[in-house]
Parts: sequence; C-alpha cells; structure tokens
Amino acid sequence: MIAWQMSAGLALALFMLGLLGLLARRSLVFVMMSIEIMLNAAGLLFITAGMRWGNPDGQIMLILVLNLAGAELALGLILILRLRNRITNLDGDSVNLLRDVP
Amino acid sequence: MISYLWLIPALPLLGSVILGMFGPSMGPRLSGAVGTLSVGLAAVLAMAIALQWLGHPPAHSMYQQTLWSWINLPGFSINVGLYLDPVSLLMVLVITIVGCLIHLFSTEYMEGEDGYSRFFAYLNLFVSAMLLLVLADDLALLFVGWEGVGVCSYLLVGFWFSESANGYAARKSFVVTRVADIFMLAGLLLLATQLGTLNIQNMLAGAVATWPSGSLMPAVAASLLLMGGLGKSAQVPLQTWLPDAMAGPTPVSALIHAATMVTAGVYLVVRTHALFLLAPSVLDAIAIGAVITLLVAAFAGLVQSDIKRVLAYSTMSQIGYMFLALGVGAWPAAMFHFMTHAVFKALLFLTAGAIAMRLDHEQNIFAMGGLRTKLPLAFWAFLIGSASLAALPVISAGFFSKEMILGAVAAAPMPGMVLWGAGILGAMLTAIYIFRVVFMVFLGPVNTEISGSYGLRVAIPLVTLSAGALVVGWLETPETLGGQTIFSQFLSPAVGVFRHLPVSAMIPLTGIAAPLLGVAIAYTLYRNGTWARAATTEPSRLTLFLKSGSGFDTLYDAVIVAPYMGLVQLLRRDPVDQMFMLLRDLAVALHRQLRATQIGQIRRYASWMMAGSVATIAILLFA
Amino acid sequence: MMLAWLLIVPMAGGLLAWLAGLFNPLAARIVSLLILLLDLAIALPLLHSTSNIAMPGNWMAGFNAPWIPAFGMSFRLGMDGVSWLLVVLTILIGIFAIIVSWDEIDDGVGFFHANLLWSLAGAIGVFVALDMFLFFYFWELMLVPMYFIIAIWGHENRRRAAIKFFLFTQGSGLLILISILALAFIHQQQTGVLTFNYFELIQTHTAGTLGFLIMLGLFIAFVVKLASFPVHVWLPETHTEAPTAGSVILASILLKTGAYGLMRFVVPLMPMAAHSLAPVALWLGVGSILYGAFLAYGQSDLKKLIAYTSISHMGFVLIGVFVFNNIAWQGVVILLVAHGISTGALFIIVGSVQHRLHTRDLARMGGMWTDLPRLSSFGTFFILASMGLPGLGNFVGEFLILRGAWAMAPLITVIAAIGLIPAAMYSLIAIQRAFHGPADEERDTHDFGARETAMMLVLAAAIIYLGVYPQPVLNVAAPSLNNMQPQPATAMLKETRAG
Repeated sequence: MIAWQMSAGLALALFMLGLLGLLARRSLVFVMMSIEIMLNAAGLLFITAGMRWGNPDGQIMLILVLNLAGAELALGLILILRLRNRITNLDGDSVNLLRDVP
Repeated sequence: MISYLWLIPALPLLGSVILGMFGPSMGPRLSGAVGTLSVGLAAVLAMAIALQWLGHPPAHSMYQQTLWSWINLPGFSINVGLYLDPVSLLMVLVITIVGCLIHLFSTEYMEGEDGYSRFFAYLNLFVSAMLLLVLADDLALLFVGWEGVGVCSYLLVGFWFSESANGYAARKSFVVTRVADIFMLAGLLLLATQLGTLNIQNMLAGAVATWPSGSLMPAVAASLLLMGGLGKSAQVPLQTWLPDAMAGPTPVSALIHAATMVTAGVYLVVRTHALFLLAPSVLDAIAIGAVITLLVAAFAGLVQSDIKRVLAYSTMSQIGYMFLALGVGAWPAAMFHFMTHAVFKALLFLTAGAIAMRLDHEQNIFAMGGLRTKLPLAFWAFLIGSASLAALPVISAGFFSKEMILGAVAAAPMPGMVLWGAGILGAMLTAIYIFRVVFMVFLGPVNTEISGSYGLRVAIPLVTLSAGALVVGWLETPETLGGQTIFSQFLSPAVGVFRHLPVSAMIPLTGIAAPLLGVAIAYTLYRNGTWARAATTEPSRLTLFLKSGSGFDTLYDAVIVAPYMGLVQLLRRDPVDQMFMLLRDLAVALHRQLRATQIGQIRRYASWMMAGSVATIAILLFA
Repeated sequence: MMLAWLLIVPMAGGLLAWLAGLFNPLAARIVSLLILLLDLAIALPLLHSTSNIAMPGNWMAGFNAPWIPAFGMSFRLGMDGVSWLLVVLTILIGIFAIIVSWDEIDDGVGFFHANLLWSLAGAIGVFVALDMFLFFYFWELMLVPMYFIIAIWGHENRRRAAIKFFLFTQGSGLLILISILALAFIHQQQTGVLTFNYFELIQTHTAGTLGFLIMLGLFIAFVVKLASFPVHVWLPETHTEAPTAGSVILASILLKTGAYGLMRFVVPLMPMAAHSLAPVALWLGVGSILYGAFLAYGQSDLKKLIAYTSISHMGFVLIGVFVFNNIAWQGVVILLVAHGISTGALFIIVGSVQHRLHTRDLARMGGMWTDLPRLSSFGTFFILASMGLPGLGNFVGEFLILRGAWAMAPLITVIAAIGLIPAAMYSLIAIQRAFHGPADEERDTHDFGARETAMMLVLAAAIIYLGVYPQPVLNVAAPSLNNMQPQPATAMLKETRAG
C-alpha cells in the first residue's frame, strides 16, 4: 500500500518538471512533451484522489484526460508540422504573430 | 375709408412680395412702377384717411382695428391690431408721402444697377415694416416692425454686396441696433410680466394705475425701452452705426437713415410717454444724452469730407434735438421737428444723390465746386434743405420746429437754461457745417466732369420736397409770427395740449441770431480758404478725433469687439470637444501600457498563467 | 389602431424600399415617397379624433396590445397634441429628406431609403410610445439606422463622425435603459407589480436620492440627444459629415426627441427631482446659447456653423422646459417645430451648395448671390428666420420661452436674451461669407430648379405661417401640455412643498 501523499508528491514533481520544461525549452516538440507530462501529472492526481476517497470518478476522469491529451497532441503535432513549413528550427519564440505591433 | 387702414401697410408688403417672386422677370420699368405705385397708393389712402379724420375725427380721436389674434394663451395674449391716433397718422403720412417720393427718385437713380427689382422689393418691405411699427397697437407687434425695419436697413445698406466694406457697414448697423433691441426686448418682457399685457394703451393705463410716479419699476421699464430707441435713432452711446450705414444707396439713406427709421426711437418715446412721465429721472437722462449727442454729432459734422457723412452726422444731431424735446416733455415739439426734419433731410439726401448721379458717384465735397450754375436744380434744392437744417429764420421749416424745441427747453425747470445754451451752440454749429458744404460744393471753380441730365423722376421729388421744406413750418408758429397752433392742436388728443410757455424775448432772438452767425462764420472761413486748406493739410489730432465721431468706434473696438473676437478665436476649436478627446487619449495611453504584455511568446504567456493560478490558489487557501 | 399603422407603414415600407432598390433605384425613391405620403395621410386626420382607449389626460389616439406580459411590457401608444405636431413634422421632414436625396445618393439607394424610413419610424415611435420599454426600443431603432446613414453615405470623415455619434447615443441609450429599469423596480417595490406602463409609473413616489439618480440618468441621456453644452460634442461633427438627408433628419427631428423626452418623461415622472435640478438645467441652457453662438461665429465650414447654431437654439428649449409653465412650454413646442423647419431648410440649402461647389468651406464661397440669386435669397431668408427675426416662427418660440422664463428666473432670461446678439453676429457673418462679397471663383451657376424652389417655398410658407399666425399650433399643443403636469406629479409637488 502506497501512501497517497507519496503519489500526490510524485504528481506535483511531474507537474513541476513539465512546467519547467514548458518555460525553459524553446523547441516546440519539447514544449508539447512538457504539456503531456503536465497532463499526466494531472491524471495521476485524479487517480490519487480516487484512491484516497475510494471513488471511481478519478479513474473516469483519467480516461477523459487521456482522450483529451490524445486529441490535443494530434492537433499540436499538426500545428507543429504546419509551422515547419514556415520556420526552420521550430523555435517557439519566433512564432509571435499574435504580438501587438505598435 | 378708415376701415381700409390695414391696406396701408399691406400694399407695400404686397408690392414687396410681387417684386420678390417675379421681380427678376419683370424688367426695370415694371419693377419700378410696382414699387412706387404700392407706396403711392398707400400714400393716397393715408391722405384720404387724414382728410376724413380732419373733417370728422373718430370718437376719442383714435381708431383701433384688430386683425387677428397672434398669440392667445391663458395669462398672455397679443393681438395683431392697428391703432391710429393723430401721432401715428402723422407718422403714416410722412412715411408714405416721403417714401413715395423717394421711390420715385430711386426709379431713376438706380437705373442700370444690378438687382433693380431686388432694391424695390427691399424698399417696399421696409416701408411696410415701418408702417407696421407706427400703426401697431401692441408693443410686441411694434417690435416685429422694429426688427423688420432693422433687417431691411441691413439688406439695403449692404445692397451692393460685392464690396466687403458695404457688408461690414451693414452688419455693424444691424448688430449695434440689435444690442439696443435686446434692451427693448427685456423691457417688453418686464412690462408683460408686471402688467400682464403689451397692448400699448392697456399697458400704459396699467402702468399709471399701478406704479407711483418716480418709483423704480417704471424707471427700469422706461430705460429699457429708451435704450432700444437710442439704438434705432443713433443716439449716444449707440450712435456709431449711422455714419457707416451711408454705404447704402443714397435713396436708402434718405428714406431709412434720415426720414423714417432713425426717428423710430422718438416715436417710441412719444407713444409710451405716459410711462416716461412716471420716470422723471429717465426724462432728465434723455435730455442730457440728447445734448451730448447733438454736440458730438455737430462737431463731427464740421470736419467730414464726404457729403453723405456730413448729412449722417447732421441727422444724428437733429434727432438729438428731438430727444431734447422729449426730455423736457415737449412731445409735439419733437413730432414737429420729426416732420420738418423728414422733409428737409430727405431733400438734402436726395439732392446729394442727384449730385452724385451727375458726378460719377463723387461724394467728396472737396472734389466738387462751382455746381451752382451747372446744376441749378440741385443747388436750389440743397440750399433750401440747408437753410431748413440750419434753421434760418422765417423762410425755412426747420426754423419753426427748432424754435419750438428751444423755447420749450428754455422754459423747462433747471437745468433748462444749460440745455438751451447747448442747443443754441448746436444750432450755430449746424449752420456752420452745412453751409461749409454748400459753399464748398456750389461756389468756386468747377473741378469735376459733369454728365447726363435730370429726368422728371428726379425733379418732381426734389421740387416737391423743396416746397415742403419752405412751407410746412407754418403749421406751428411762435406767437410773434402769428401764433399758429394747428399742429399741436391736431396732436393734442394723443399727447396733451401743448402750451408755448412765456420766455424772455432774448430766447427767440438768440435762436434767430445763432444760425445767421453760423452762416457768416462758414462764409468767412470759406472766403479766407480755411476749409479748402483743411482738405490738403495733415489733419490735427483734434480733427481726427472729431472726425471719427469722438472716438466711440475706437473705444468699442477695444472694449467689446476685440475681446469678442478673441473669445471666438479661443473657442473656435471647441475646447469641450477637446476635453472629450482626452477620454480617447486615456484609452490610447492605457492601450500602449497593456500592449507590452502581448508579445506573442508562448513561454511568457505560460508563466503568466502559472503565476495567475498560483495567486488564485493562494488567495483561496489563505483568504 | 391607426397609431400602430403609423409605425407599421414606415417599418414595412423600409423593407419594401430595400427590395425595390435591388431592382431599380428610382423605384426605391418612389416607394419611400409614397410610403411617407401614406403615413402623412394616416397622421393628419388624427388631429380631430379623440382616443378610443381610456387614458388619463387629453389624448387624440391610443393603442394598447400585449407585448411581453411576463415583464409587464406592452405595446402601448398614445398621441396628444405635442406628439401629433412632432409626428407630422417628422413625416414632412422625412419627405423633404427623400426629395433632397434624389440626386445626391447614388449607390445603395434601396438600403439608404430603408434606413431612412426605419429611423423615421423610430422617431415616430419615440413620439407616441407610452410604455417605457417600448420607448427605449424605438429610441434604439431611431439611432442605429442613422449610424449606417452617416457611416456609409457620409462625407470625408464619416467613419469618425459615425463612431462618435454611436458612442454618444449608445451611452445615452444605456442610461435610459438603466433608469427605466430602476424606475420599474422601484415601482414594483412600492406596489408589487412589475410594469413599464407610463401611467402606472407616473404614480411612483420618486422622492429621495434614488429618484434623483433615475431622473439624472434620463436627464443626461436626453440632454445629450438635445445636444446641450457640454455634451453637444457629437453634434457638430455628425451633422457636418452626414449626407444632406441625414443632417436634415438629425437636426430637424432627432434633436427634438431629446426635448420631447424631457417634457414627456423627466418632468412628469420625477417632478421633485426635476424641480431640484432646474437651476442647473437653466444654466446649461444659457451655456448652450452662448457657447453655440460663439462657436458658430468662428467656423469656416458652413455646415458646421449651422450645426453650432442648433446648439444655441436648443439652449432656449432647455430653458423653456425647465421653467415649468405653460407659456414657456408653448414656446418650446413652437420653437421645436420652427427650428425643425428652418434648420432643415438650411441643411437642404447647404447640401445644394455642396452639390454645386463641391465644398462647404466658407472661404471658397462668397458672392454666391451673383451666380445663384434664388438659392442665396432663400438661404438669407432662413438664416434670418433662425436668427429669430420677429414675424417668423422661431421668434414666437423664443419670445414665449423668454416671456415664460422671466417670472421664474429673470437673470437667466436676460442672459438668454443677450444671447440673441451673438445670434445676429453669426447669422450675418454666414450671409456675408456665403452669399455676399465678391464672386471670385468660376463655378456651377445652375440655380435652384423647380423641385428645389417648390420645397423652399413650402418651408418658407410654413415658417411665415408659424410666425404670423401661430395660434392654431398653440391650440393643438395646449391640451397636451396638461399631460405634462399629470395629477400625481402635481400632487407630489404640492406635498413636498407643504412638507
């Protein structure tokens, strides 16, 4: 039996890692991966919460999150692929077309 | 006959409408005929009514004709109605007869001008408005005519509109009189609120019944009405527009700025004299203001070089005499001088116009000379008019009316003698300045080219008016010359019986001597070349000051016009609008600040989201 | 029922004109003209009718149908003398607006006329609505099409002017909405009934701060619409940039809705608050008179000059409304109608000038009388009318307002009367700079034709009639002025004064 605190701690650590990656990496592929890690951390936290209160809702939510992650990944990869035609190095910082030009 | 009274103002109005609608396609002959005939018919009608009146005066010597109800509200109503009494009948006669002669003169004078029918449309409209002014039985209706003549004066002064200077003169004349009219409007509002009616007779009866003599209310009301009258009649302090108004065609100056409109102030005071009697202090003020005006204008007349400006200042000065008469309560004297003045001043202006016609519109007296033999008709007409203006004894109409005024002034209580002295000084100055013109224009060598000839349409008005200027004075004579009192008896039902008060023999004798002395001085100065020299030498500062009408224009420009224009310039771009633009500027500034956050970097956005989430959770946990 | 037709005809007619315009521009013009003539035929006979629906006060016609009963909103209309005069003015001016657009508007003719008719329908609705929410609905209906008219068919800076117009009118519309909702809720608190019925709301006790705030909301909204100083700033630009028909409708009709709103709603609904605000309103009126007059003098754009004169004239209206007596209110009614006619005519004339000279700049005019005598004489006539020349309609209005105001506020009256001097100044300078002076430029010397002359003659006749014989108009307006002082309002005022 694993204490729920440990599991939650792992989820927090994973989330932080993902966040760090998101903020630190410039390559869009790594950004995608970091987002996936963060989503997984959230999924883990759902499972943990389900375990803690003995409620299956957490697992249901995980399935929902996994589905979302899949869909989001697909969309994200499409965007990255489209972007590759415009920029060569997949640098996220160079994709700033939404910037408000003075 | 008298029931056709409404036709008198309606006929010129109809003429004006016809000329306004169809004038351009009617051609000059027909336009002139319509313009003259409409006034002529009104004159015939007025004379018929006058004859009937003299034979069988109506009960109480007045006739009222209510045409329709203009405004009828609970607590306030105004009727469109006419009121005929000896005073208004006299005014109507003068306006229509003199007006008709001036129209006739204009048909020849304006020949070949652009806008010929427009001229007669305006002139007819003016006559109609003036008749409405004098016939109105309600002050509000009188005000309609009052503003109507003002607008016609504006349109006619600026008749030759392609010259910007004429437009300026026209605007000045209208705005200055408009200032006066606002005082009058305030007076009307005060009277309407206090007495509940503006019907002149009811209002006067109400005023006499409610207000004790010498109390504040009638004084305020009378002063407000008086200010209106002063503006229209070009009296100090609202006199500055009249000399500029000479920019209009000369018949206009004759009709509007000499014979009729400018005397509206006199008429207004006579019409409401019962109110002024309740305010003795205002009457004193009238007398003092009149003396100032007549002297300022007489001095200004001495140094003018434009014949029409001399006549303009003389008009101002002569109306000063009328106001002087009003100030001492000598209503018939004022009306008498109004009548003689209308005749001789119209004559003088028309003659000046007739001279200009032949001299290629020359108006500078120093450029003329020797016209006595070249233009005998103009010479005799101008001489008769000048004699009347200068009040040369016995032979001129002006003598009798001025004598009547000065006699009444001298007999008035203190400061009657002082006012009389000023009046005598003014009379002498009048003789000097008008005979200065006579000598300069008609004597000496001919130095201008003279062209053309006079037709009947010029000759008839000049001869008729000359005859008038010789004889109308005999309607009212001092006791030493027969003591004729037809005129004051005719007016007595409206303004009370006039008594020629006994004064010492010195008074009339001085009145006879002053103009003669003036003519002698003018002749001496002409003979020794003083006048001619004045034209060529650099004018002194005193001359310039007098010539500008004692600097009123400069004063008003500095005190009123310049600040007004400054304010207009200051506000031109709508400061309030600019203030609202600050709102827009604020939005733009905020936009600039917040724009810095929108840099398009995913990582930056993510960190902001993170920070936001942490802050939210922290608030939820610890708050 | 006639009242409902009065609204349905132009609203449906707008749609019809749009459809007609898809096929043929001329058809759109003719359809619109016929629609308005039909509307006039509906409106005119109402003068001698009496309302078949029982309503407190003096009404010529009434109409009531359920609309959104759940919220107490109904389709309640009523017409009294003032409404009738303004509705007839609206339709007449609308007809002139269509005639002047005849050869000014060339593209989108159908949609233009649709917007014109809808805006007019909105204005008519404003003048007859007796349900507060319905009133708000018509208020918006009147303004949104006008926004399109300015934004699509306006002159050079039309976008900017249209946005300004939209912001100001929508801002004031929001204030109206908040105020009437608040009023309805107060009424619900007091009686337990949620209703927007004018006659019910009149009985609401609106003393106290909340009542004052509600009044303030409506007051500001209407004063914005009236274009009083200092919230006039939308007016000069909008009037200048709008096409001629738009300027005519804006000046002749839409400004009047502000005055109408003040008389119909602010004064009877919140009598105490209105009385306590009166000194401010009077000074605002004086401010408008002088400010508008001073600014008009300084303008170099003829259309803008006339726009500023409207501000000046509406100052008189504001004073007239807030002295609360019948004489001044009669003056207000006359002045509204007369100003509608004279300023409408002036905008038509400026439109014709622009059509011929392709400029509104006074510096490039001058001497027009030489080339265009008929246009110039009508221009002079209407400028003099708008200056308040006695014998013409505007004078009667101004005189009655001043007469009514004197007893209540002599100082204000005197200053307002002094405002007539700058009025003369700007009028005369406009005549001088546009029509008089030397004619320097070569220009199109094609004077008013039969169509324009006929329009001008009708308008001139109307303004002379109002000036010479205003009594019939006064008689029409007289009974309706009692509607502005309904029994509940007078009772409340008496109570406050006694307490």
